[in-house]
Amino acid sequence: MGVSRRNFLKIAGISLLGLGAKPAYDVFAGRDLPEFAQGEEAREAKRWAMVIDTRKCRDKDGCQDCILACHRAHNVPDVGNSRQEIKWIWTEPYENAFPNQEHEFLEETLKHRPVIVLCNHCDDPPCVRVCPTKATFKREDGIVMMDYHRCIGCRFCMAACPYGSRSFNWGDPRRAPKEKNPDFPTNPNFPTRTKGVVEKCNFCEERLVAGLLPACVEACKEKALIFGDLGNPDSDVRKVLRSHYTIRRKPGLGTGPAIYYIV
Amino acid sequence: MKMYDAGKIIVGIIVFVTLITFPFWYNRGKAAPSPKPKLLTREKECVEPTPYMKTSHMRLLNEWRNSVVREGNRLYISSNGKKYSMNLANTSLSDSCMGCHSKKAEFCDQCHNYVGVKPYCWDCHIEPKEKR
Amino acid sequence: MLEKALTGSQRYWGWIISLLILIGVGFSFYLLQFTEGLKITGMGRDVSWGFYIAQFTFLVGVAASAVMVVLPYYLHNYKAFGRITILGEFLAVGAVSMCLLFIIVDLGQPIRLFNVLLHPTPNSILFWDMIVLNGYLFLNIVIGWVVLSAERNAVSPPSWVKPLIYLSIPWAVSIHTVTAYLYCGLPGRGFWLTAILAPRFLSSAFASGPAFLIILCLIIRRLTRFDPGREQIQTLAKIVTYAIILNGFFFLCEVFTAMYSHIPEHMHHFEYLFFGLEGHGILVPWMWASVLLAVLAIILLINPATRRSESVLAVACVAVFASTWIDKGLGLISGGFIPSPLGHVTEYWPTLPEALIALGVWGVGFLILTVLYKIAVSIKEEIGA
Repeated sequence: MGVSRRNFLKIAGISLLGLGAKPAYDVFAGRDLPEFAQGEEAREAKRWAMVIDTRKCRDKDGCQDCILACHRAHNVPDVGNSRQEIKWIWTEPYENAFPNQEHEFLEETLKHRPVIVLCNHCDDPPCVRVCPTKATFKREDGIVMMDYHRCIGCRFCMAACPYGSRSFNWGDPRRAPKEKNPDFPTNPNFPTRTKGVVEKCNFCEERLVAGLLPACVEACKEKALIFGDLGNPDSDVRKVLRSHYTIRRKPGLGTGPAIYYIV
Repeated sequence: MKMYDAGKIIVGIIVFVTLITFPFWYNRGKAAPSPKPKLLTREKECVEPTPYMKTSHMRLLNEWRNSVVREGNRLYISSNGKKYSMNLANTSLSDSCMGCHSKKAEFCDQCHNYVGVKPYCWDCHIEPKEKR
Repeated sequence: MLEKALTGSQRYWGWIISLLILIGVGFSFYLLQFTEGLKITGMGRDVSWGFYIAQFTFLVGVAASAVMVVLPYYLHNYKAFGRITILGEFLAVGAVSMCLLFIIVDLGQPIRLFNVLLHPTPNSILFWDMIVLNGYLFLNIVIGWVVLSAERNAVSPPSWVKPLIYLSIPWAVSIHTVTAYLYCGLPGRGFWLTAILAPRFLSSAFASGPAFLIILCLIIRRLTRFDPGREQIQTLAKIVTYAIILNGFFFLCEVFTAMYSHIPEHMHHFEYLFFGLEGHGILVPWMWASVLLAVLAIILLINPATRRSESVLAVACVAVFASTWIDKGLGLISGGFIPSPLGHVTEYWPTLPEALIALGVWGVGFLILTVLYKIAVSIKEEIGA
């Protein structure tokens, strides 16, 4: 590794500050411990993935459980304008979720079946490839993350994403209309975003680290969303994938989505 | 050596100097009172010794932020070996920054206003509701 | 030399002041955008880039076209262009400045702009675009200024500037190639996903830029004592002719591939632009106007009798400029986003504040151009060129 980041910062800080750096030096002098660690309850995986059983989804009966749970957990406001709306998880008609895989004589139920869509947490994410600041990046466990502190709002990632999974904060989310967001921010323990940054599904990274399942998975009473580790042959997702025919969105683009669909 | 347009140049210099020194003579004799942040802590000590926190809390927070967001870590092991969760304002965790320093106005804002810095933490992070 | 820009006729100052007013209006609307966010624009989640990025793309072309006067003069020793290389270079300076400003006004968090330098990311094409655009700006300022100073003092330019001039030739090609790569490497955007995008960008650049330069030359001849020269204008006109024909050819190649293959992701965008899709067709009249203007321009340019008449040539050049502007400044970005990768059709049209901000940026570019041209022309007048 050469110079660790911590050591580099130490040196950089000390040389920048001169005299003021004495306290910093006193604290870190001669210390060589691992300074950061994962949370103790954190769930870990080689490759997080999700299987969505569209047959079980009850959106057509008006069920919005997963969407509401996600948007409330992550302080996603209703900006009251469909053109500039923000969404992490939502439903699309089958033909929009799987363009070119629909046809005129599609099974009647499938034709009108809403499909839950979210960020695909791709193996080879185009959004990560184009980001000029590494504000969006792929973690080792496959989660495609956003660093909202670093995003400059160029929206290159939105142009690159072939799934429309990214939303931009066209205005200040905290100034979203009060009548549509009476109790916003809904989760005081998760930040809101600021205006001018892109946001998207984070696979509930903040819940995984606390040993919980993603909010949408937990909220679905029909157990239509199955979450787990692709790297573990005994995981729930692997079991479901072994026993069902599944498809992914736009496989021809080579992005390698980690969201699988049972249709 | 002859100076061309001497009048204009000298007047220009005087105007310039007056303008750039404006803050000094405008505030002459008045010193803003230095802030005395109330700590309101439950614990005896912070994650690192006070002198370090005073000078370098912003760098520590920057590191925490990168470690949490980019490396998925949640625990910080301080120089004396204690573990802390790297959290700014989580109300469910007692060891987040704001868990101890519970009054933002008195702990953060006083000094920041005094030195004229505007950290953008609270543009996104939600400040804990103050308990009366 | 800068002092030349500080003395001028009433007309000159009137023009400067009107530009400043335009800039002021644009800037005040930019302040509104800065506080309110980009929600004051017509963009949205489906069309997430709009008028700003379109202007940026078009103007990269105008900037790159300086190479069309530099190359014949320096590589082919075509002496006649020595009179007007400075005009090409200073046009590039004005155009690249606008490009950079258009990127900045499009950012959601402009104060974090320097994150691009703090966290350099070579796998992002935007990183390379930043490098080539700034490099090109630097090259043209240095080359233009040094060569003009030498000309004023009746000495030959210092020898160190020659390598920079040679470097500026491939560099000009690179700025528009890299800009095309911003778009043509994105999966799921069938309209842009085509290898001919960079060549198309270059051909339209080498048509629109020199066409604009011809118009500027005609204006300079009318307003000042410096005549850029009839031969120079005619040679530029031939360059425009080749380039606009090539541009039409590349465009037809693209249309054939998309429409004959019948691949929906490629075809739908052309359908949207030229015929409308699902009842949405705000750009249809514009796109046909662009085609007709290009055809008109080609007819006027290809015929030697009309090309040689400077008044007809002026009309043809305006047609070329307008046609390529519609193609890139309106059609290219909207057309790429509509329909969305999920097949939704959400139309885009800039809002008034958005248009005024864009106009303000154009104002800055024209101010830079005016000042630089004033200096260049005054020096040409002074040395009696």
